Amino acid sequence: MTISAESNADRLLRISEQGDIRPTRRRTRLSWLTVFIYLLLSLGAVVMIAPFVWMILTSFKPGVELIDFAFLPKNPTLDNYRLVLTTSSFGRWYLNSLFIAAVSTLSVAFFDSLVGYTFNKFEFPGKTLIFLGILATLMIPTEMLIIPWYNMSVQLGWHQGNLQYWGIVFPGLITAVGIFLMRQFFDSVPNELLDAARIDGMNEFGIFWQIALPLVRPAVAALCIFNFIGNWNAYLWPLIIASSREFYTLPVGLSFFRGESTTQWEKIMTGASLATIPLLIVFILFQRQIIKGIALTGLKG
Amino acid sequence: MKLTLRRRQILWAYAFLAVSLIFFVAIRWYPTLLAFNISFRDWNVFQNNGPWIGLQNYQDIWEDLFKQRSAVRAAFFNTLRYVLIGVPIQLTLGLMVAMMLNSIGRAAGFFRAAYFIPYVTSLVAVAFVWNWLYAPQTGLINQLLLALGLPMQGFTKSPQQALYSITAVAIWASLGFTVIIFLAGLQQIPDVYYEAAQIDGAGRWQIFWRITLPLLNPVIVYLSVLQTIGFLRMFDLVRNMSEQGQGGPLNSTTTVVLEVYKEGFGSYNMGYAAALTVLLFLVILLITIFQLRVLQRRVEY
Repeated sequence: MTISAESNADRLLRISEQGDIRPTRRRTRLSWLTVFIYLLLSLGAVVMIAPFVWMILTSFKPGVELIDFAFLPKNPTLDNYRLVLTTSSFGRWYLNSLFIAAVSTLSVAFFDSLVGYTFNKFEFPGKTLIFLGILATLMIPTEMLIIPWYNMSVQLGWHQGNLQYWGIVFPGLITAVGIFLMRQFFDSVPNELLDAARIDGMNEFGIFWQIALPLVRPAVAALCIFNFIGNWNAYLWPLIIASSREFYTLPVGLSFFRGESTTQWEKIMTGASLATIPLLIVFILFQRQIIKGIALTGLKG
Repeated sequence: MKLTLRRRQILWAYAFLAVSLIFFVAIRWYPTLLAFNISFRDWNVFQNNGPWIGLQNYQDIWEDLFKQRSAVRAAFFNTLRYVLIGVPIQLTLGLMVAMMLNSIGRAAGFFRAAYFIPYVTSLVAVAFVWNWLYAPQTGLINQLLLALGLPMQGFTKSPQQALYSITAVAIWASLGFTVIIFLAGLQQIPDVYYEAAQIDGAGRWQIFWRITLPLLNPVIVYLSVLQTIGFLRMFDLVRNMSEQGQGGPLNSTTTVVLEVYKEGFGSYNMGYAAALTVLLFLVILLITIFQLRVLQRRVEY
């Protein structure tokens, strides 16, 4: 048997056939060991979840209750939310994050699929060279690109006014990881189908858009979910390029928000809850796809 | 006729690739070269094309490495510490949780999701939640210590504890990812091996050392490299968990990327900052090449 960490496509196929990554060996026999394992896992799960619970509980407490140290709020209140949403620009930051994540996700879904499809289904001079040229960019850390990007943006005025949106979004419009993955996913689309469409006189873009792309919809969906989460959480680059407050994304806004309400933990936790809860909902809704996708790509943001 | 068809296909392929090619050249390759270029110059963003100063920036970094109070010196050693502490603990915990999850049937999906939640959350929000948990006097952890009759701790406020406190959060935040990848790896090991070993009378411990661990080797290499790169790039947490985001107290938590940010976008000393990113890139490149070499030695069983 050959084991290779690179055979992600194979792993995907296997997993998608099974429907889920599921423990293979099941011992339903209840032994002391099993009880012990459940105990340990539960303890771990508490450590993983408790900080979020504490965050949400704190956000419902009036400031004076923080010193009392009670677990549940005595007089639960929505005042923190009202205050944070009216006195800071959280609403605007939400829209910014949503807009930026949506634009980059749409772009990634379209271009990564198109390029992945081209590399899978077409033969043309320079194919290998171009593919390697794209793949090699995976080794370049974002940190090395931020200074050049910033200089380019300043020269082109992308750090000011409405162009800041473009400034935030442009580095992530196409991703090498996505192209690499989509190239593998298009393996599952039979060439005969495409040839049949060609004989019917369909043009090449129509074949991609109407025939090939719908067949890999689950893969595109997975790509979209990751990309959305990654962009929603992106911090370093938006922190650098967004120079005015109205153009902050949620993480950037949140990090400056701390400075404004230094020790008012109930306000900070309200901000953190506001930034986290939408993502928790997305995660709970798409939990299976997200975990499955992570297992085969191992990618983050 | 056939020739024209083929030629048409080639034209379509190039048309499909055009936008992405421009993107990768303009937004990835050109900035990469620009980063190298800037690292050899005395560059600040307001005065583009600063004078060429050869290796001066690199020499400055080298000299800073020997200055006792230099933040960059602290950043190098701290980053090394984050990697050396974070990676082994992360991998050990991840494997333990994955093996436990793999051995239970009921509720495995629930636990998997619970361990995964922090991974999809914004690190900025995570940082604040933990700042609140770590808070002196009023923080949940110090209150628990007080209730148990133990002395309160400074955590991120203490120069001795801050780095470890942040490392713990970094491990907590990405443990779910490690677990999922290990779980996928464990499930690739065919049951026959375990059955054969059991027939031969091997104990649990023997099975772990002789079968599970060697067969997981490619996954372990993959995860070590990924996590090493992750810890080398520490920024979001340190920026939002240290006082004023400066990597304190007393530079005890600052990282290479945080110094890039401070030098490049705080002091606009971009040549120096670019030189730091080039060094980071070279280290990551070396690690990636190491990974490729190790993983290419496919293990046959």
